[in-house]
Amino acid sequence: MVYGIIRLINFAHGEIYMLGAFIALIVAGALTIYGFSGWAILLLAALLAAVYAAAYGYTLERIAYRPLRDAPRLSPLISAIGMSLFLQNYVMLAQTPDFLPFPALIPEFGFLEPVAHIIGAAEVVILVTSAVLMVGLTVLIRSTRIGKAMRATQQDMTMARLVGIDVDRVISFTFIVGSVLAAIGGVLVGSYLGQINFAIGFMAGIKAFTAAVLGGIGSIPGAVLGGLVLGLTEALAAGYVSSAYEDVFAFGLLVLILILRPAGILGRAEREKV
Amino acid sequence: MTDPVKRWSLLLLTVAVLLPVPAPAEKPPIVIGVAGAHSDNLAPYGIPTKEAVEMLAADLNAKGGLLGRPVKLLILDDQCKPEIAANVATAAVSQGAQAVIGHICSGATKAALGIYREAKIIVISPAATNPPLTMSGEYPNFFRTIAPDDKQGQLAAAFAAGKLGARKVAVLHDKGDYGKGFADSAKAALEKDGKAAVVLYDGITPGAMDYSAVIQKVRKEGADAVIYGGYHPEASKLVALMKKKRVDIPFIGPDGVMGSGFLSIAGANAEGVYATGPMDVARYPLNQQLRAAYQKKYGREPGMFFDQGAAAWQALVAAIQKAGGTGYAALEKALRNNPVETSVGRIKFDARGDAEGVGFAVYQVRAGKFTEVK
Repeated sequence: MVYGIIRLINFAHGEIYMLGAFIALIVAGALTIYGFSGWAILLLAALLAAVYAAAYGYTLERIAYRPLRDAPRLSPLISAIGMSLFLQNYVMLAQTPDFLPFPALIPEFGFLEPVAHIIGAAEVVILVTSAVLMVGLTVLIRSTRIGKAMRATQQDMTMARLVGIDVDRVISFTFIVGSVLAAIGGVLVGSYLGQINFAIGFMAGIKAFTAAVLGGIGSIPGAVLGGLVLGLTEALAAGYVSSAYEDVFAFGLLVLILILRPAGILGRAEREKV
Repeated sequence: MTDPVKRWSLLLLTVAVLLPVPAPAEKPPIVIGVAGAHSDNLAPYGIPTKEAVEMLAADLNAKGGLLGRPVKLLILDDQCKPEIAANVATAAVSQGAQAVIGHICSGATKAALGIYREAKIIVISPAATNPPLTMSGEYPNFFRTIAPDDKQGQLAAAFAAGKLGARKVAVLHDKGDYGKGFADSAKAALEKDGKAAVVLYDGITPGAMDYSAVIQKVRKEGADAVIYGGYHPEASKLVALMKKKRVDIPFIGPDGVMGSGFLSIAGANAEGVYATGPMDVARYPLNQQLRAAYQKKYGREPGMFFDQGAAAWQALVAAIQKAGGTGYAALEKALRNNPVETSVGRIKFDARGDAEGVGFAVYQVRAGKFTEVK
């Protein structure tokens, strides 16, 4: 989404996801001491993680990207990588370089027990949450004022400015929404896998970007579809060939798609603006 | 005394220290080299052995020496680098070392061994674990007081097929040297033994998000035990997912899993997990005495390979006493045939030079702690 609007790969997106997981871990730890119950902890932790991550996303855009808005395209890219490295090392120094146990915030469902070996409570919650967020995001972009402004900014930033859209505000908002989603993702995946460390964001960021490119940049159903295709490719490659090569298949698929359909599965081919 | 005479006598003294020419004392000392990394970044692996040998040698000299002769140590620092190891080995030979305790790193040991072999010098390493050092049979002068790397995998395989009664074993690893080495030796041992079949052999990517696909494969193959070669972060993910996917079979890891890191990350899922790890040597009286003496002298716990270093020295001293000297043939025979009490228990060297009686034990997480499985 961010890429769609400002043509910038936000390398620090994965780090926001990692920060979200860490904040949720801290909040969950504190709330457990105060004796909250499972669902309350999950919701409060996710909420606080989202708020905190939104602040990080906003600040990130403010200090690392906005000053470079009119700079050559390579400069914000370097700045993005720098922010990613900075945030990783910051968390490593502030917290720990080791893995930390993440509490299983999603309780088990009794009625799922007969099929627990196929799908567990955590998977169900993750699926439902993703679907809800996807619908929410689509509605936001399709039918709200700010969504309209976002689309306008994506199409032509100068023109959007001319018709009175505060482009900077729109971009900040985009970063905030993106960061909130990343943080929620971090909380969900953290409680699914049960462990986090400072480096989890890097691979997640790369995979998320791969999924977005696969599905078609700027298209929300495309990103979800890309994620599904990527995940299934990895799982099937691990299942039927060898898990030693799952990344080879995933990125091989990306190369194929980029050659055959550069705009992604659902992306519209767009002509370079001259 | 005039100045030139003073200078000459000093020079003579220096030469006397450097040359293997016996000191004017009646009984010439027994010279023993202590080789390993004593400086540079791998020094923590070499210094404990040096300290152990120095303490034991001082003790021995205070009690009248070995066979009535004083023992002189030749400290050889190889920094764990093969090229330096070859140099110090040549130096040790030219300075009349009659036996060597060391080296520490496998690569450095291998580089030095040929030189010692030509000079017919017995070498006992407390730390070089690379299997071919003994298995190749190239170095009849080489012994070690630590178990080779492949012992651990073999033990895990024997435990799974024997005590756990597994018939279909899934062998997984993290594709790294350490993890894959462990998994490979376990797989080879299982196939050789033939009691249990290896139904799955697969690598996982360390740091990847999700290993569900591998776990589903383990389920599909109907495995009744998992042997995993790798470190604790991935191991704890695997056991958590096994629990989640209701794959309720034993999980056996190497010593990279055995530790507080695994216990804290895996939490409740750690319960019941098996891991192979170095045998607990703290119960041997010789070990306790030496560690207490070390604690008194240095005010801290000894470091890596301290026990094995002490054991190498104890085995060597016992063999020299038995052989009545440092003749190569007699010493080799004494090392191979006489069991000796050491800091790592009662050991004897086999035909290849590996110590029998040292090695690994199987541990299981019980009530949140790794406990030895008897």
